[in-house]
Amino acid sequence: MPLFRAEAIGAGTPIISVGDPMKARVFVTLKSGVLDPQGKAIHHALEGLGFSGVNDVRAGKLIELDLDDGTSDSEIEDMCRKLLANIVIENFRVERLETA
Amino acid sequence: MKSAVIVFPGSNCDRDLAVALELVTGRKPEMVWHRDTELPDGTDFIGIPGGFSYGDYLRSGAMAARSPVMRAVKDAADRGVPVIGICNGFQVLTETGLLPGALMRNAGLSFVCRPVRLRVENSQSLFTSAYDSGEEIVFPVAHHDGNYQADDDTLARLESEGRIAFRYLEECNGSARNIAGILGSTGNVLGLMPHPERVVEPAHGGTDGRRLFEGLLETVS
Repeated sequence: MPLFRAEAIGAGTPIISVGDPMKARVFVTLKSGVLDPQGKAIHHALEGLGFSGVNDVRAGKLIELDLDDGTSDSEIEDMCRKLLANIVIENFRVERLETA
Repeated sequence: MKSAVIVFPGSNCDRDLAVALELVTGRKPEMVWHRDTELPDGTDFIGIPGGFSYGDYLRSGAMAARSPVMRAVKDAADRGVPVIGICNGFQVLTETGLLPGALMRNAGLSFVCRPVRLRVENSQSLFTSAYDSGEEIVFPVAHHDGNYQADDDTLARLESEGRIAFRYLEECNGSARNIAGILGSTGNVLGLMPHPERVVEPAHGGTDGRRLFEGLLETVS
């Protein structure tokens, strides 16, 4: 997904700034088979609101990182393993957003 | 016994633990701040208290586990210094990898705060030598994330190696195999969700927790 930021300069002339910080999104989800009581409660609440046809709900986290240019994939993976996800119970997926 | 109690921003059972330790050992523990990088010289017991370290941000215990003082705690544990993690302290120990598994949101989603019946499963450890094996005791619990989970291999190993120290005798939080407390592979690290430091004198409504510290004192000194 492309991402750009327009900045107003002078009399409101928008330009796209070069060298925008790189961004990455880290999705942290519970491993399959790990019980998710929060997902269960959300599922139950959806049913209570009359939404039928929801078979299962799993709740996770989205963490957005604003990164220096040149941050490597392996560094991000390291961040996930060392802190962002608890790999005993969670999986993670990284999505990098390229600047325009 | 020269004990140290680790204090994180958001710890709230640090004083209870210090009072219990002083009562039993006759010596005031050193309170060690999370930013410290070393433990006091000659520390021969470390307590990681309950509470809500770092506001439970990211995951309970996750931030505390990466704080500077925990490197010193890990080194001490590797040298064989006994370490106990109670409640949030247990969560910190699993997050550092000193204990296996993870503590997840209680199965019923509610914060559980009441006395619970426990069984002492292993009375041979540093921490449980003053109890009888199979003895039934009562400690209070007060937690939201006490649902102990680990993969089947880990659970089987904990079981076969006698590393399940305490088990709930009643439904509490959905923990696998009703696990309330476990020992590390070398026996000198104990993590448990219930609070022994809250039942050390009759005015607390029970004294079952006192023997944990007495047994420890006996084995350490």
